[in-house]
This record gives sequence, C-alpha cells and structure tokens, in this order.
Amino acid sequence: MAAVSLLETRGLSKHFAGLRAVEGVDFTLPEGEVRALIGPNGAGKTTFVGMLCGRIAPSSGTVAFEGRDISHLPAHRRIGLGMAYTFQITSIFARLPVLENVALAARRRLKGAAVTRASLAALERVGLADRADQIAGDLSYGHQRLLEIAMGLVQAPRLLILDEPTQGLADSEIADFKALVRGLVVETTVLLIEHNMNVVMETADRITVLNFGEVLAEGTPAEIRANGAVQAAYLGTG
Amino acid sequence: MSDLRKSLVLHGGVLVLLFGLQFVLPAYHHGVVARVMVMASYAIGYNVLFGYTGLLSLGHAMFFAAGMYGMGLTVGVLGTAPALAFGVVAGALLAAVVGALALRTAGVAFMIVTLMFAQAGYLTILYFGTYTRGDEGFVIPQAQRVLGAVDLSDPANRYFAALALFALCLMVSLRLVHTSFGRVLIAIRENEERARMLGYNVFARKWAAVVISGTLSAAAGAFYGLLFGYAGASFAGVQYSIFPLLWVLLGGAGTVLGPLVGTLFMFYLIDLSSGVTSAYMLIAGVALVLLTLFAQQGLMGEVRARVWRWLP
Repeated sequence: MAAVSLLETRGLSKHFAGLRAVEGVDFTLPEGEVRALIGPNGAGKTTFVGMLCGRIAPSSGTVAFEGRDISHLPAHRRIGLGMAYTFQITSIFARLPVLENVALAARRRLKGAAVTRASLAALERVGLADRADQIAGDLSYGHQRLLEIAMGLVQAPRLLILDEPTQGLADSEIADFKALVRGLVVETTVLLIEHNMNVVMETADRITVLNFGEVLAEGTPAEIRANGAVQAAYLGTG
Repeated sequence: MSDLRKSLVLHGGVLVLLFGLQFVLPAYHHGVVARVMVMASYAIGYNVLFGYTGLLSLGHAMFFAAGMYGMGLTVGVLGTAPALAFGVVAGALLAAVVGALALRTAGVAFMIVTLMFAQAGYLTILYFGTYTRGDEGFVIPQAQRVLGAVDLSDPANRYFAALALFALCLMVSLRLVHTSFGRVLIAIRENEERARMLGYNVFARKWAAVVISGTLSAAAGAFYGLLFGYAGASFAGVQYSIFPLLWVLLGGAGTVLGPLVGTLFMFYLIDLSSGVTSAYMLIAGVALVLLTLFAQQGLMGEVRARVWRWLP
C-alpha cells in the first residue's frame, strides 16, 4: 500500500550565524503515522519543526504539506491548513480560564455552542474536564502540558506536532498520554519530539534520529534500537 | 442570574443613572459630567487597544484631533452632520494608515512610533496655521452647532448628545468583548505567539483593533469640538495622548466601565483638590501614586479581582 505523504521536506536547512542548526533534511511523513523525532540536545529538532509550522524561516529548502509547497506561507496560514503545534516550553493563556484556552483554539473552525462542546470533549480526553473553570495559570505544570495538548486536539488537525509533551508529567500521566497518542492514529498524523525513550518506543510507528542537524537514521523502533550509529550518538552503549 | 445578564444590568444601570443625573445635577456639575462622558468615550477607544489588545500607544491624540479638526474645518462647508461623519472617517483612515505602519514594530518601539506620528500630526496643525489658527485654535460658531433641529450649545442638549455618544461607545466596547474577535484580541494581549500558533492572523487583528480604537477616539474628538464649540492644537499635543492612558490605568485597563470610572475620578480629583489648594497637582499626584501602589489593576480591575469576577 502506497501511503499518502502528508508532509515532505527537501533539503531543509537553517543556519544561525554560521552554526548549521539543521542541514539538508529530506523528510517524508506518511498520513496516519505516529512519527517520533529524537536526537541529543542541540540536534536541531525544535528548529526543524519550527520550520515546518512557519515559526522559523528556513535558510534553504522546501516544505510541502499535502503535496502543496507551503514554504512561503506565514505560520497562521499553515495552522489554518491543518497543522497544530504545541510548544516545547508551555505556552498557554495563563490568566484565562482553562475552558477559554481550549475555546480559543476551537473557535477558528467552529461557532456557537459547538465551541464549548468540542472544547469540553477535548478536555475530557486529556482528563482535565473537571478543571474547565479554573484559571489556566493555577494548574500544575503537568496539567498545563495536558491543556496544551487539548488545545491541539480541539483543532482536529491533519498533523499534530508535539514538542516534548511528556516533559514534567508524572508517571501515571505519561501512561495516559501514551494511550492518548495511540488513540489518535485513526484521526490524525502525529509528529512527536520526545526525550523519554519509553514513550518513543511504545507510541511511535517510526523514528527519525537527528544529530548535528542531519538525519542520522530512520526506521521502526526495533531498527533504531539495533542501529549502532544511533546507539553511539544518542542512546549510549548499554 | 447569568454573567451576561448581570453585566447587561450593570452597564444598562450606569446609562440610566447618567440619564437621570442630568435632572438633579447643579449647572456646574451638569457641564462637568457632559465633558467627562465625551472624554470617557475617548478613553473607551483607547482601552480597546491598550486594555484589550495590550498595545500601548502614546499617540492617540492624533486620532482625537483628526476627529476634532476633520469636523471643525469642514463644518462651515459641509454642514453639521456631514462634518461630524467626516471627522470620524478622517480618524478611521488615519488609524488605518498609522496602524499599518506602526504595527511593524512592537513594545517600546510601538510606543515611540505612535508618539512620533502624533507629534508629526501636532506640528502639521501648527504648520497650517492659516487654516487651523495653530495654538490659538478657533471657535465653532453656534449656528454651525445645530444637529437637525437640536442646538448642541444648549446645556441640556449637549448633555444628551454626550450621553448618546458615550452609550454608543460603551455598547460597542461591551459587544466587542463578547465576540470571538474580541476574545482573540484578549488572547493576543495574553500570549501573542500562542495566538499566532493557533492559526490567527495576529497582524490583521491588531490592525483592526487600531482602526476601531482610532475611530472611537475620533468620534469623541469630533463630538468634543461640536459640543464645546472649540478646536485647538493643544488637543493634539502629547498630554492628550497621556490622558486616556492615565484614565484607563486608573479606572482599570481591560474593563468596560474602567474608562468612565477613571475619567470621572481624575476630573473630580483635580476639580476638588484645586478648590482646596493651588498645589492641586500635588494632591492629584499623591492620589495617583497611592492608587498605582495599592490598586494596580485600576479601580474596576480591583472590583473584578475582589468582588465581581464576571465583570467584562
């Protein structure tokens, strides 16, 4: 079965004053996959996804979404095409209620009573429905991470980009998160930057490894685990 | 009662109260409140940008003056109602142009750029002194201050016109915060990057906020000139850009009633203290320092934080 390619980059590079943060990345993400993006600190993961969703302008290379070149679209237009992005460092509307945070994400595609309905449903999925009326900034750090995921889910995105979503989550919350991501497969494609290997190995269909801004390896969790170069660069030899 | 209904009762109540006041106020205070209502309309316009969108402009006097001069310079030719409309449109167009340019900057640079545009506007008024009579200004003759059959130089009519303007601005502001557009403005104030990464065109919405804010400010300027019969360059000066900022800060930025409360407070603070001592600005200054120390969110902001959580 030839999978439809949802996202494709060709020669995507970003140089910061001579530092080659991302260098000539060719990356293809088929629809319906959970893809993990891993690599040591400073490997260029966040810069790479920043270029996908338009937060960072690439030095060279192209990004195509559903076969259409989106390299020159501003971030809000790309989000409008069906990308959703959660920040590495939690970014919510801290002084607004939890429900309004999600509603702001929902209102771009929904109107009226459907906004509240979809927002509550998204909060339900991440287990925050009983906190809908709290001020978002009063939530624990882990709950704020979950809120951001709910803000992503409620957009019903074609591609959900999660930048280190489990950072700061308790073990029980991580277990719930893994189940949540696996449950998303039928409705969306997920690109997951993640440091927790346990999460990566259990949720991802395939893994892309970045090192010094370049793709070091790509394959199934089992292949990546067995890859010598990846072990040397990242996993440690143990 | 639902929060929306409480808010409608409160804001409707304030309008009814202002309507009723005209029958009991002594002549002097009758005039002051009329003036306060026009200036509070200006502050409401300022609050749309500063309080709800989180953009601090130091140049709003240019929009107020655009309304005032747009009306004042044309009223002799066009007649009262068209001149009033012309003033408002002039302010809206100015805001559209200035907004498109100034919004290329952010933060302190935005403050400086708006300040510079306003200074350019002020100097333009002085430069064309032949028409504007510069600092001295010009009087709008009573014959031209008649809207339909209503003589706006008559105190009762003037009060009513000021109330009508204020009610309109208040309703625009109240409606705005309940629309999804207004909620996105608040989202931009709270976390611009997050709003952008939810797919909102942040620039376009900030620009629209500048235009709405500038239009309301221009309406206040046009009405002020018409109701009080005078247009002068001092209204385009830097202090008239600072006033709405002060009024909104005192009354509560990002609250619908804050602009009225702040303007009323400031007018009467100066009025009462000048009756006590010639150093009245000292009393006003101390009161302002105390308020910034102990009511950082402004008067209505504190009311919202402590009593009425539902206050829009």
